[in-house]
Amino acid sequence: MNPNLTSKFIDIQNVEQTFKTPKGSFQALRDIDLSVAKGEFVALIGHSGCGKSTLLNLIAGLTRPTHGVLLCADREIAGPGPERAVVFQNHSLLPWLTCHENVHLGVERVFGKAEGKAQLKSRTEAALALVGLTAAAHKRPGEISGGMKQRVGIARALAMEPKVLLMDEPFGALDALTRARLQDELLAIVQRTHSTVVMVTHDVDEAVLLSDRIVMMTNGPSATIGEILRIDLARPRNRVELAEDRDYVHYRKAVIDFLYTRQGHVEKAAA
Amino acid sequence: MVSAVFHSPSASRKPLASVTTTSPVQAAAARPVFVGVPDATSASTERPGAAIRPPRDLRAFWLRVLPPLLGFAVLVVIWELIALRSTTGFPSPLKVWQQAVVVFSDPFYSKGPNDQGVGWNVLASLQRVGLGFGLAAAVGIPAGFAIGRFEFLSRMFNPLISLLRPVSPLAWLPIGLLVFKGANPAAIWTIFICSIWPMVINTAVGVQRVPSDYMNVARVLNLSEWKVLTKILFPSVLPYMLTGVRLAVGTAWLVIVAAEMLTGGVGIGFWVWDEWNNLNVANIIIAIFVIGLVGLVLEFLLIRLATLFTFEEVKA
Repeated sequence: MNPNLTSKFIDIQNVEQTFKTPKGSFQALRDIDLSVAKGEFVALIGHSGCGKSTLLNLIAGLTRPTHGVLLCADREIAGPGPERAVVFQNHSLLPWLTCHENVHLGVERVFGKAEGKAQLKSRTEAALALVGLTAAAHKRPGEISGGMKQRVGIARALAMEPKVLLMDEPFGALDALTRARLQDELLAIVQRTHSTVVMVTHDVDEAVLLSDRIVMMTNGPSATIGEILRIDLARPRNRVELAEDRDYVHYRKAVIDFLYTRQGHVEKAAA
Repeated sequence: MVSAVFHSPSASRKPLASVTTTSPVQAAAARPVFVGVPDATSASTERPGAAIRPPRDLRAFWLRVLPPLLGFAVLVVIWELIALRSTTGFPSPLKVWQQAVVVFSDPFYSKGPNDQGVGWNVLASLQRVGLGFGLAAAVGIPAGFAIGRFEFLSRMFNPLISLLRPVSPLAWLPIGLLVFKGANPAAIWTIFICSIWPMVINTAVGVQRVPSDYMNVARVLNLSEWKVLTKILFPSVLPYMLTGVRLAVGTAWLVIVAAEMLTGGVGIGFWVWDEWNNLNVANIIIAIFVIGLVGLVLEFLLIRLATLFTFEEVKA
Protein backbone atom coordinates (compact mmCIF):
# COMPACT_ATOMS: atom_id res chain seq x y z
CA MET A 1 0.00 0.00 0.00
CA ASN A 2 1.19 3.45 -0.80
CA PRO A 3 2.86 4.61 2.45
CA ASN A 4 1.66 8.11 1.80
CA LEU A 5 -1.87 6.86 1.82
CA THR A 6 -1.72 5.54 5.36
CA SER A 7 -0.25 8.66 6.80
CA LYS A 8 -2.24 11.06 4.66
CA PHE A 9 -5.56 9.34 4.43
CA ILE A 10 -7.26 12.70 4.63
CA ASP A 11 -5.14 15.42 3.13
CA ILE A 12 -6.17 19.04 3.49
CA GLN A 13 -3.99 21.34 1.46
CA ASN A 14 -3.93 25.08 1.79
CA VAL A 15 -7.67 25.36 2.28
CA GLU A 16 -9.42 28.65 2.62
CA GLN A 17 -13.12 29.20 3.06
CA THR A 18 -14.82 32.52 2.42
CA PHE A 19 -18.55 33.07 2.57
CA LYS A 20 -20.44 35.77 0.72
CA THR A 21 -22.82 37.49 3.06
CA PRO A 22 -25.07 40.52 2.53
CA LYS A 23 -22.53 42.49 4.56
CA GLY A 24 -19.62 41.53 2.35
CA SER A 25 -17.33 38.53 2.24
CA PHE A 26 -16.52 36.71 5.44
CA GLN A 27 -13.39 34.63 5.67
CA ALA A 28 -14.09 31.72 7.98
CA LEU A 29 -10.91 29.69 7.48
CA ARG A 30 -7.47 30.35 6.06
CA ASP A 31 -4.27 28.38 5.47
CA ILE A 32 -5.56 25.06 6.68
CA ASP A 33 -2.97 22.34 6.15
CA LEU A 34 -3.75 19.10 7.88
CA SER A 35 -3.38 15.41 7.26
CA VAL A 36 -5.05 12.58 9.08
CA ALA A 37 -3.63 9.06 9.07
CA LYS A 38 -5.74 5.97 8.57
CA GLY A 39 -7.23 4.72 11.81
CA GLU A 40 -6.37 7.94 13.60
CA PHE A 41 -8.75 9.76 15.91
CA VAL A 42 -8.44 13.52 15.51
CA ALA A 43 -10.31 16.08 17.59
CA LEU A 44 -10.97 19.62 16.36
CA ILE A 45 -11.32 21.99 19.25
CA GLY A 46 -11.72 25.72 19.56
CA HIS A 47 -13.99 28.50 20.69
CA SER A 48 -17.36 29.08 19.07
CA GLY A 49 -17.06 30.61 15.65
CA CYS A 50 -13.58 29.29 15.00
CA GLY A 51 -14.74 27.42 11.93
CA LYS A 52 -14.42 23.87 13.21
CA SER A 53 -17.85 22.89 11.91
CA THR A 54 -17.02 24.61 8.62
CA LEU A 55 -13.88 22.50 8.38
CA LEU A 56 -15.83 19.36 9.13
CA ASN A 57 -18.39 20.24 6.47
CA LEU A 58 -15.54 20.69 4.01
CA ILE A 59 -14.17 17.26 4.82
CA ALA A 60 -17.68 15.84 4.53
CA GLY A 61 -18.04 17.46 1.15
CA LEU A 62 -21.16 19.35 2.15
CA THR A 63 -19.41 22.55 1.04
CA ARG A 64 -16.60 23.14 -1.44
CA PRO A 65 -13.60 25.22 -0.43
CA THR A 66 -13.07 28.63 -1.96
CA HIS A 67 -9.40 27.86 -2.21
CA GLY A 68 -7.25 24.78 -1.80
CA VAL A 69 -8.09 21.13 -2.07
CA LEU A 70 -9.20 18.29 0.19
CA LEU A 71 -8.28 14.72 -0.58
CA CYS A 72 -9.55 11.52 0.88
CA ALA A 73 -7.72 8.31 -0.02
CA ASP A 74 -5.93 10.21 -2.77
CA ARG A 75 -9.13 11.37 -4.42
CA GLU A 76 -10.52 14.86 -4.31
CA ILE A 77 -13.54 15.31 -2.09
CA ALA A 78 -16.10 16.53 -4.59
CA GLY A 79 -19.30 16.07 -2.63
CA PRO A 80 -20.90 14.32 0.31
CA GLY A 81 -21.14 10.59 0.38
CA PRO A 82 -21.59 7.62 2.66
CA GLU A 83 -17.88 6.87 2.68
CA ARG A 84 -17.45 9.99 4.79
CA ALA A 85 -20.36 9.39 7.11
CA VAL A 86 -21.46 12.23 9.34
CA VAL A 87 -22.92 12.09 12.82
CA PHE A 88 -24.74 15.37 13.29
CA GLN A 89 -25.14 17.31 16.47
CA ASN A 90 -28.90 16.99 16.20
CA HIS A 91 -29.03 13.26 15.60
CA SER A 92 -31.03 14.03 12.43
CA LEU A 93 -33.04 10.85 12.56
CA LEU A 94 -36.15 10.82 10.42
CA PRO A 95 -38.98 10.84 12.94
CA TRP A 96 -41.41 8.87 10.81
CA LEU A 97 -39.10 5.88 10.48
CA THR A 98 -38.24 3.43 13.21
CA CYS A 99 -34.65 3.16 14.40
CA HIS A 100 -34.20 0.05 12.32
CA GLU A 101 -35.53 1.80 9.23
CA ASN A 102 -33.34 4.84 9.84
CA VAL A 103 -30.20 2.72 9.90
CA HIS A 104 -31.48 0.57 7.05
CA LEU A 105 -31.76 3.66 4.86
CA GLY A 106 -28.01 4.12 4.91
CA VAL A 107 -27.25 0.43 4.64
CA GLU A 108 -29.53 0.03 1.65
CA ARG A 109 -27.94 2.96 -0.10
CA VAL A 110 -24.41 1.65 0.26
CA PHE A 111 -24.88 -2.09 -0.02
CA GLY A 112 -28.27 -2.40 -1.70
CA LYS A 113 -26.96 -3.06 -5.17
CA ALA A 114 -24.62 -5.83 -4.19
CA GLU A 115 -26.49 -7.60 -1.45
CA GLY A 116 -29.89 -9.09 -0.82
CA LYS A 117 -32.56 -8.11 1.69
CA ALA A 118 -31.54 -10.65 4.31
CA GLN A 119 -27.97 -9.42 4.30
CA LEU A 120 -29.02 -5.80 4.56
CA LYS A 121 -31.24 -6.70 7.48
CA SER A 122 -28.42 -8.47 9.30
CA ARG A 123 -26.10 -5.50 8.71
CA THR A 124 -28.67 -3.16 10.20
CA GLU A 125 -29.18 -5.39 13.20
CA ALA A 126 -25.43 -5.72 13.72
CA ALA A 127 -25.03 -1.94 13.72
CA LEU A 128 -27.79 -1.51 16.28
CA ALA A 129 -26.26 -4.25 18.42
CA LEU A 130 -22.92 -2.44 18.23
CA VAL A 131 -24.45 0.56 19.99
CA GLY A 132 -26.55 -1.61 22.28
CA LEU A 133 -29.94 -0.66 20.89
CA THR A 134 -31.36 -3.95 19.65
CA ALA A 135 -34.31 -3.55 22.00
CA ALA A 136 -35.28 -0.19 20.56
CA ALA A 137 -35.02 -1.23 16.93
CA HIS A 138 -38.74 -0.93 16.27
CA LYS A 139 -39.34 2.26 18.17
CA ARG A 140 -39.57 5.67 16.59
CA PRO A 141 -37.13 8.47 17.54
CA GLY A 142 -39.92 10.20 19.39
CA GLU A 143 -40.14 7.28 21.79
CA ILE A 144 -36.49 7.11 22.84
CA SER A 145 -34.17 9.35 24.85
CA GLY A 146 -31.62 11.84 23.50
CA GLY A 147 -28.69 9.56 24.22
CA MET A 148 -30.37 6.68 22.44
CA LYS A 149 -31.12 8.88 19.43
CA GLN A 150 -27.50 9.89 19.20
CA ARG A 151 -26.49 6.23 19.39
CA VAL A 152 -28.79 5.43 16.49
CA GLY A 153 -27.11 8.25 14.58
CA ILE A 154 -23.75 6.63 15.27
CA ALA A 155 -25.11 3.23 14.30
CA ARG A 156 -26.39 4.64 11.02
CA ALA A 157 -23.02 6.17 10.26
CA LEU A 158 -21.05 3.05 11.18
CA ALA A 159 -23.41 0.68 9.38
CA MET A 160 -22.31 2.23 6.11
CA GLU A 161 -18.72 1.15 6.87
CA PRO A 162 -17.39 4.59 6.02
CA LYS A 163 -13.77 5.32 5.30
CA VAL A 164 -14.01 8.23 7.68
CA LEU A 165 -16.38 8.93 10.56
CA LEU A 166 -17.08 12.63 10.94
CA MET A 167 -18.71 13.78 14.13
CA ASP A 168 -19.95 17.30 14.76
CA GLU A 169 -20.21 17.78 18.52
CA PRO A 170 -22.18 14.54 18.70
CA PHE A 171 -22.56 14.55 22.46
CA GLY A 172 -23.05 18.29 22.88
CA ALA A 173 -26.77 18.08 23.39
CA LEU A 174 -26.59 15.41 26.09
CA ASP A 175 -26.21 15.55 29.86
CA ALA A 176 -22.82 14.83 31.39
CA LEU A 177 -23.53 11.28 32.52
CA THR A 178 -24.95 10.15 29.19
CA ARG A 179 -22.10 11.89 27.46
CA ALA A 180 -19.54 9.96 29.54
CA ARG A 181 -21.26 6.70 28.76
CA LEU A 182 -21.37 7.36 25.04
CA GLN A 183 -17.74 8.44 25.00
CA ASP A 184 -16.79 5.10 26.53
CA GLU A 185 -18.93 3.28 23.99
CA LEU A 186 -17.35 5.23 21.16
CA LEU A 187 -13.89 4.34 22.41
CA ALA A 188 -14.83 0.66 22.41
CA ILE A 189 -16.40 0.83 18.96
CA VAL A 190 -13.49 2.68 17.41
CA GLN A 191 -11.11 0.16 18.95
CA ARG A 192 -13.04 -2.65 17.36
CA THR A 193 -13.60 -1.12 13.94
CA HIS A 194 -10.30 0.79 13.60
CA SER A 195 -12.23 3.69 12.06
CA THR A 196 -10.64 6.95 11.08
CA VAL A 197 -12.47 9.61 13.05
CA VAL A 198 -12.53 13.39 12.94
CA MET A 199 -14.56 14.83 15.77
CA VAL A 200 -15.49 18.42 16.48
CA THR A 201 -15.84 19.18 20.15
CA HIS A 202 -15.62 22.00 22.60
CA ASP A 203 -15.11 19.70 25.56
CA VAL A 204 -11.43 19.52 26.57
CA ASP A 205 -11.76 16.31 28.57
CA GLU A 206 -13.54 14.63 25.72
CA ALA A 207 -10.83 15.63 23.29
CA VAL A 208 -7.97 14.40 25.48
CA LEU A 209 -9.74 11.17 26.42
CA LEU A 210 -10.77 10.10 22.94
CA SER A 211 -8.26 11.37 20.43
CA ASP A 212 -4.77 10.61 19.18
CA ARG A 213 -4.23 14.19 18.12
CA ILE A 214 -5.94 17.41 19.06
CA VAL A 215 -6.08 20.14 16.44
CA MET A 216 -6.53 23.41 18.27
CA MET A 217 -7.93 26.22 16.20
CA THR A 218 -7.49 29.94 16.64
CA ASN A 219 -10.43 32.23 17.06
CA GLY A 220 -12.49 33.29 14.09
CA PRO A 221 -12.86 35.04 11.73
CA SER A 222 -10.02 33.93 9.46
CA ALA A 223 -9.32 31.11 11.86
CA THR A 224 -6.47 28.74 11.23
CA ILE A 225 -4.81 25.84 12.96
CA GLY A 226 -3.11 27.16 16.07
CA GLU A 227 -1.43 24.06 17.42
CA ILE A 228 -1.56 20.33 17.07
CA LEU A 229 -1.06 18.30 20.20
CA ARG A 230 -0.24 14.61 20.01
CA ILE A 231 -1.85 12.56 22.77
CA ASP A 232 0.35 9.63 23.71
CA LEU A 233 -1.84 7.79 26.13
CA ALA A 234 -2.02 4.03 25.89
CA ARG A 235 -5.19 2.41 24.63
CA PRO A 236 -7.59 1.14 25.82
CA ARG A 237 -8.17 4.26 27.90
CA ASN A 238 -9.95 4.19 31.21
CA ARG A 239 -11.33 7.53 32.36
CA VAL A 240 -11.21 6.71 36.05
CA GLU A 241 -7.53 5.71 35.93
CA LEU A 242 -6.62 8.62 33.70
CA ALA A 243 -8.14 11.14 36.06
CA GLU A 244 -4.97 10.96 38.14
CA ASP A 245 -2.55 10.19 35.32
CA ARG A 246 0.21 12.76 35.06
CA ASP A 247 0.33 12.79 31.29
CA TYR A 248 -3.42 13.18 31.03
CA VAL A 249 -3.34 16.16 33.35
CA HIS A 250 -0.45 17.62 31.40
CA TYR A 251 -2.23 17.30 28.05
CA ARG A 252 -5.37 18.72 29.51
CA LYS A 253 -3.47 21.69 30.82
CA ALA A 254 -1.86 22.27 27.45
CA VAL A 255 -5.23 22.45 25.73
CA ILE A 256 -6.78 24.68 28.37
CA ASP A 257 -3.74 26.92 28.23
CA PHE A 258 -4.20 27.31 24.49
CA LEU A 259 -7.92 27.91 24.69
CA TYR A 260 -8.16 30.18 27.69
CA THR A 261 -4.81 31.88 27.96
CA ARG A 262 -3.60 32.31 24.45
CA GLN A 263 -6.90 32.33 22.60
CA GLY A 264 -8.80 33.61 25.57
CA HIS A 265 -10.26 36.91 24.44
CA VAL A 266 -13.17 35.66 22.40
CA GLU A 267 -15.53 38.53 23.17
CA LYS A 268 -13.01 41.14 22.09
CA ALA A 269 -12.20 39.29 18.91
CA ALA A 270 -15.86 38.93 18.04
CA ALA A 271 -16.42 42.64 18.62
CA MET B 1 -84.83 16.93 27.50
CA VAL B 2 -82.30 19.14 29.28
CA SER B 3 -83.72 18.52 32.77
CA ALA B 4 -83.12 14.77 32.60
CA VAL B 5 -79.33 15.13 32.91
CA PHE B 6 -79.46 16.97 36.24
CA HIS B 7 -79.82 15.11 39.47
CA SER B 8 -83.14 15.31 41.33
CA PRO B 9 -83.09 18.28 43.71
CA SER B 10 -84.25 16.17 46.65
CA ALA B 11 -81.04 14.09 46.91
CA SER B 12 -78.55 15.47 49.42
CA ARG B 13 -75.38 16.64 47.81
CA LYS B 14 -71.95 17.54 49.15
CA PRO B 15 -69.86 19.81 46.94
CA LEU B 16 -67.67 17.75 44.63
CA ALA B 17 -64.50 19.46 45.80
CA SER B 18 -64.74 17.97 49.25
CA VAL B 19 -65.20 14.40 48.04
CA THR B 20 -61.47 13.70 47.96
CA THR B 21 -60.99 14.71 51.58
CA THR B 22 -63.80 12.57 53.04
CA SER B 23 -63.51 8.85 53.66
CA PRO B 24 -64.68 6.56 50.88
CA VAL B 25 -67.73 5.38 52.83
CA GLN B 26 -68.86 8.92 53.53
CA ALA B 27 -68.28 9.87 49.94
CA ALA B 28 -70.40 6.97 48.72
CA ALA B 29 -73.26 7.98 50.99
CA ALA B 30 -73.11 11.62 49.97
CA ARG B 31 -73.13 10.97 46.25
CA PRO B 32 -76.26 12.22 44.52
CA VAL B 33 -78.46 9.89 42.53
CA PHE B 34 -77.88 10.59 38.85
CA VAL B 35 -80.73 9.66 36.58
CA GLY B 36 -79.68 7.79 33.49
CA VAL B 37 -76.03 7.39 34.53
CA PRO B 38 -75.90 3.74 35.61
CA ASP B 39 -72.13 3.31 35.56
CA ALA B 40 -71.46 5.85 38.27
CA THR B 41 -74.06 4.53 40.74
CA SER B 42 -73.12 0.88 40.29
CA ALA B 43 -69.46 1.75 40.77
CA SER B 44 -70.13 3.36 44.11
CA THR B 45 -72.12 0.42 45.48
CA GLU B 46 -69.79 -2.29 44.22
CA ARG B 47 -66.47 -0.70 45.08
CA PRO B 48 -66.67 1.91 47.78
CA GLY B 49 -62.91 2.28 47.64
CA ALA B 50 -63.15 3.59 44.11
CA ALA B 51 -65.89 6.10 44.92
CA ILE B 52 -63.35 8.90 44.86
CA ARG B 53 -62.68 8.44 41.14
CA PRO B 54 -66.13 8.42 39.43
CA PRO B 55 -67.31 11.85 40.65
CA ARG B 56 -64.20 13.46 39.19
CA ASP B 57 -64.70 11.73 35.86
CA LEU B 58 -68.30 12.85 35.76
CA ARG B 59 -67.29 16.37 36.63
CA ALA B 60 -64.93 16.48 33.68
CA PHE B 61 -67.71 15.09 31.54
CA TRP B 62 -70.16 17.81 32.57
CA LEU B 63 -67.53 20.47 32.08
CA ARG B 64 -67.23 19.34 28.52
CA VAL B 65 -70.91 18.82 27.73
CA LEU B 66 -72.57 21.69 29.61
CA PRO B 67 -70.98 24.79 28.05
CA PRO B 68 -71.80 23.82 24.43
CA LEU B 69 -75.36 22.92 25.47
CA LEU B 70 -75.64 26.28 27.18
CA GLY B 71 -74.35 28.01 24.07
CA PHE B 72 -76.91 26.24 21.99
CA ALA B 73 -79.62 27.16 24.49
CA VAL B 74 -78.65 30.83 24.21
CA LEU B 75 -78.97 30.59 20.44
CA VAL B 76 -82.43 29.03 20.73
CA VAL B 77 -83.55 31.76 23.12
CA ILE B 78 -82.37 34.56 20.83
CA TRP B 79 -84.00 32.81 17.92
CA GLU B 80 -87.32 32.54 19.76
CA LEU B 81 -87.15 36.23 20.59
CA ILE B 82 -86.53 37.15 16.96
CA ALA B 83 -89.38 34.92 15.83
CA LEU B 84 -91.77 36.41 18.34
CA ARG B 85 -91.01 39.94 17.25
CA SER B 86 -90.87 39.20 13.54
CA THR B 87 -93.59 40.55 11.31
CA THR B 88 -92.39 38.79 8.18
CA GLY B 89 -93.05 35.27 9.34
CA PHE B 90 -89.70 34.26 10.74
CA PRO B 91 -90.33 30.74 12.05
CA SER B 92 -89.87 29.92 15.71
CA PRO B 93 -87.59 27.10 16.86
CA LEU B 94 -90.58 24.89 17.49
CA LYS B 95 -91.95 25.32 13.99
CA VAL B 96 -88.56 24.62 12.48
CA TRP B 97 -88.25 21.51 14.60
CA GLN B 98 -91.62 20.27 13.40
CA GLN B 99 -90.66 20.98 9.80
CA ALA B 100 -87.34 19.23 10.32
CA VAL B 101 -89.16 16.11 11.47
CA VAL B 102 -91.13 16.16 8.24
CA VAL B 103 -88.08 16.76 6.08
CA PHE B 104 -85.93 14.08 7.70
CA SER B 105 -88.67 11.51 7.84
CA ASP B 106 -88.18 10.90 4.15
CA PRO B 107 -84.79 12.27 3.17
CA PHE B 108 -84.40 10.21 0.04
CA TYR B 109 -87.61 10.76 -1.86
CA SER B 110 -87.44 11.76 -5.48
CA LYS B 111 -90.29 13.37 -7.36
CA GLY B 112 -88.34 14.51 -10.33
CA PRO B 113 -85.02 16.32 -10.85
CA ASN B 114 -86.01 19.53 -9.09
CA ASP B 115 -87.84 18.04 -6.16
CA GLN B 116 -85.71 15.64 -4.18
CA GLY B 117 -85.23 14.73 -0.57
CA VAL B 118 -82.63 16.53 1.51
CA GLY B 119 -80.51 13.39 1.57
CA TRP B 120 -80.15 13.38 -2.21
CA ASN B 121 -79.37 17.07 -2.23
CA VAL B 122 -76.62 16.74 0.31
CA LEU B 123 -75.16 13.80 -1.53
CA ALA B 124 -75.25 15.67 -4.82
CA SER B 125 -73.40 18.58 -3.28
CA LEU B 126 -70.86 16.31 -1.67
CA GLN B 127 -70.30 14.59 -4.96
CA ARG B 128 -69.52 17.86 -6.69
CA VAL B 129 -67.25 18.91 -3.87
CA GLY B 130 -65.53 15.56 -4.02
CA LEU B 131 -64.88 15.81 -7.73
CA GLY B 132 -63.75 19.42 -7.74
CA PHE B 133 -61.67 18.96 -4.66
CA GLY B 134 -60.17 15.71 -5.90
CA LEU B 135 -59.09 17.37 -9.13
CA ALA B 136 -57.68 20.30 -7.20
CA ALA B 137 -55.66 17.92 -5.01
CA ALA B 138 -54.42 15.94 -8.00
CA VAL B 139 -53.17 19.13 -9.67
CA GLY B 140 -52.39 21.30 -6.67
CA ILE B 141 -50.30 19.00 -4.53
CA PRO B 142 -47.76 17.99 -7.18
CA ALA B 143 -47.63 21.63 -8.29
CA GLY B 144 -46.94 22.62 -4.68
CA PHE B 145 -44.09 20.11 -4.51
CA ALA B 146 -42.55 21.43 -7.69
CA ILE B 147 -42.89 25.06 -6.65
CA GLY B 148 -41.44 24.36 -3.21
CA ARG B 149 -38.52 22.35 -4.51
CA PHE B 150 -37.39 24.52 -7.39
CA GLU B 151 -36.73 28.17 -6.75
CA PHE B 152 -37.23 29.08 -10.39
CA LEU B 153 -40.74 27.67 -10.53
CA SER B 154 -41.51 29.42 -7.30
CA ARG B 155 -40.53 32.76 -8.80
CA MET B 156 -42.51 31.95 -11.90
CA PHE B 157 -45.79 31.11 -10.26
CA ASN B 158 -45.93 33.09 -7.03
CA PRO B 159 -47.12 36.33 -8.67
CA LEU B 160 -49.83 34.39 -10.51
CA ILE B 161 -50.97 32.69 -7.35
CA SER B 162 -51.04 35.95 -5.42
CA LEU B 163 -53.07 37.52 -8.20
CA LEU B 164 -55.67 34.80 -8.56
CA ARG B 165 -56.03 33.71 -4.98
CA PRO B 166 -58.16 36.58 -3.63
CA VAL B 167 -60.69 36.31 -6.45
CA SER B 168 -64.13 35.34 -5.16
CA PRO B 169 -65.29 31.93 -6.32
CA LEU B 170 -68.46 33.38 -7.69
CA ALA B 171 -66.50 35.47 -10.17
CA TRP B 172 -65.16 32.24 -11.64
CA LEU B 173 -68.61 30.79 -12.11
CA PRO B 174 -69.61 32.62 -15.32
CA ILE B 175 -66.37 31.52 -16.94
CA GLY B 176 -67.17 27.97 -15.96
CA LEU B 177 -70.64 28.24 -17.43
CA LEU B 178 -69.22 29.68 -20.61
CA VAL B 179 -66.52 27.08 -21.11
CA PHE B 180 -68.26 23.98 -19.83
CA LYS B 181 -71.77 24.89 -20.90
CA GLY B 182 -73.46 23.14 -17.99
CA ALA B 183 -74.34 23.76 -14.35
CA ASN B 184 -72.65 20.66 -12.99
CA PRO B 185 -69.24 21.04 -14.64
CA ALA B 186 -69.32 24.77 -13.98
CA ALA B 187 -69.88 24.14 -10.25
CA ILE B 188 -67.07 21.59 -10.20
CA TRP B 189 -64.79 24.05 -11.99
CA THR B 190 -65.59 26.68 -9.40
CA ILE B 191 -64.74 24.31 -6.57
CA PHE B 192 -61.52 23.35 -8.34
CA ILE B 193 -60.28 26.89 -8.87
CA CYS B 194 -61.02 27.92 -5.31
CA SER B 195 -59.78 24.95 -3.36
CA ILE B 196 -56.55 24.57 -5.30
CA TRP B 197 -54.80 27.59 -3.79
CA PRO B 198 -54.50 26.49 -0.16
CA MET B 199 -53.19 23.14 -1.31
CA VAL B 200 -50.54 24.57 -3.62
CA ILE B 201 -49.37 27.18 -1.14
CA ASN B 202 -49.32 24.97 1.93
CA THR B 203 -47.54 22.15 0.14
CA ALA B 204 -44.95 24.56 -1.25
CA VAL B 205 -44.34 26.04 2.19
CA GLY B 206 -44.04 22.56 3.63
CA VAL B 207 -41.41 21.62 1.08
CA GLN B 208 -39.45 24.79 1.79
CA ARG B 209 -39.66 24.15 5.52
CA VAL B 210 -38.14 20.67 5.43
CA PRO B 211 -35.44 20.91 8.08
CA SER B 212 -32.02 21.31 6.47
CA ASP B 213 -30.77 18.57 8.79
CA TYR B 214 -32.86 16.03 6.92
CA MET B 215 -31.63 17.30 3.59
CA ASN B 216 -28.05 17.03 4.86
CA VAL B 217 -28.74 13.45 5.83
CA ALA B 218 -30.05 12.87 2.32
CA ARG B 219 -26.88 14.38 0.88
CA VAL B 220 -24.50 12.40 3.08
CA LEU B 221 -26.38 9.21 2.34
CA ASN B 222 -26.41 10.19 -1.31
CA LEU B 223 -30.06 9.24 -1.67
CA SER B 224 -31.65 9.15 -5.10
CA GLU B 225 -34.18 11.85 -5.94
CA TRP B 226 -36.99 9.32 -5.67
CA LYS B 227 -35.88 8.20 -2.21
CA VAL B 228 -35.58 11.83 -1.12
CA LEU B 229 -39.13 12.39 -2.29
CA THR B 230 -40.67 9.34 -0.66
CA LYS B 231 -38.64 9.03 2.51
CA ILE B 232 -37.94 12.62 3.40
CA LEU B 233 -39.96 15.20 1.47
CA PHE B 234 -43.33 13.52 1.48
CA PRO B 235 -43.55 12.55 5.17
CA SER B 236 -42.11 15.89 6.20
CA VAL B 237 -44.55 17.86 4.05
CA LEU B 238 -47.58 15.77 4.97
CA PRO B 239 -48.71 17.87 7.95
CA TYR B 240 -48.58 21.05 5.87
CA MET B 241 -50.36 19.30 3.04
CA LEU B 242 -53.13 18.14 5.32
CA THR B 243 -53.57 21.68 6.64
CA GLY B 244 -53.95 22.82 3.06
CA VAL B 245 -56.48 20.07 2.46
CA ARG B 246 -58.48 21.07 5.52
CA LEU B 247 -58.58 24.69 4.42
CA ALA B 248 -59.50 23.65 0.90
CA VAL B 249 -62.37 21.46 2.02
CA GLY B 250 -63.73 24.25 4.17
CA THR B 251 -63.59 26.64 1.24
CA ALA B 252 -65.04 24.08 -1.16
CA TRP B 253 -68.03 23.40 1.03
CA LEU B 254 -68.66 27.12 1.35
CA VAL B 255 -68.37 27.65 -2.36
CA ILE B 256 -70.63 24.83 -3.46
CA VAL B 257 -73.60 26.29 -1.64
CA ALA B 258 -73.12 29.66 -3.31
CA ALA B 259 -72.48 28.14 -6.71
CA GLU B 260 -75.54 25.96 -6.52
CA MET B 261 -77.71 28.87 -5.54
CA LEU B 262 -76.76 30.51 -8.79
CA THR B 263 -76.81 27.55 -11.11
CA GLY B 264 -79.73 25.55 -9.78
CA GLY B 265 -80.30 21.90 -10.52
CA VAL B 266 -79.61 19.72 -7.52
CA GLY B 267 -77.71 20.21 -4.33
CA ILE B 268 -78.14 21.76 -0.95
CA GLY B 269 -77.44 25.27 -2.26
CA PHE B 270 -80.09 24.88 -4.88
CA TRP B 271 -82.47 23.65 -2.21
CA VAL B 272 -81.86 26.79 -0.16
CA TRP B 273 -82.68 29.03 -3.08
CA ASP B 274 -85.65 26.95 -4.13
CA GLU B 275 -87.15 27.05 -0.64
CA TRP B 276 -86.61 30.82 -0.60
CA ASN B 277 -88.59 31.09 -3.78
CA ASN B 278 -91.33 29.07 -2.11
CA LEU B 279 -91.03 31.20 1.02
CA ASN B 280 -90.35 28.11 3.12
CA VAL B 281 -88.09 29.88 5.58
CA ALA B 282 -88.20 26.95 8.00
CA ASN B 283 -86.54 24.79 5.34
CA ILE B 284 -83.87 27.42 4.79
CA ILE B 285 -83.01 27.33 8.47
CA ILE B 286 -82.93 23.55 8.36
CA ALA B 287 -80.61 23.79 5.39
CA ILE B 288 -78.32 26.09 7.37
CA PHE B 289 -78.02 23.52 10.10
CA VAL B 290 -77.45 20.71 7.62
CA ILE B 291 -74.73 22.67 5.82
CA GLY B 292 -73.03 23.51 9.10
CA LEU B 293 -73.24 19.93 10.31
CA VAL B 294 -71.80 18.41 7.15
CA GLY B 295 -68.98 20.97 7.18
CA LEU B 296 -68.26 20.08 10.79
CA VAL B 297 -68.15 16.38 10.06
CA LEU B 298 -65.81 16.90 7.08
CA GLU B 299 -63.46 19.01 9.18
CA PHE B 300 -63.51 16.49 12.01
CA LEU B 301 -62.69 13.59 9.70
CA LEU B 302 -59.78 15.49 8.20
CA ILE B 303 -58.36 16.42 11.59
CA ARG B 304 -58.47 12.76 12.56
CA LEU B 305 -56.69 11.89 9.35
CA ALA B 306 -54.10 14.56 9.99
CA THR B 307 -53.32 13.40 13.52
CA LEU B 308 -52.70 9.91 12.20
CA PHE B 309 -49.89 11.18 10.04
CA THR B 310 -48.27 13.91 12.03
CA PHE B 311 -45.57 13.54 14.59
CA GLU B 312 -46.32 16.85 16.23
CA GLU B 313 -49.64 18.15 17.48
CA VAL B 314 -52.23 19.23 14.95
CA LYS B 315 -53.99 22.24 16.39
CA ALA B 316 -57.72 21.87 15.77
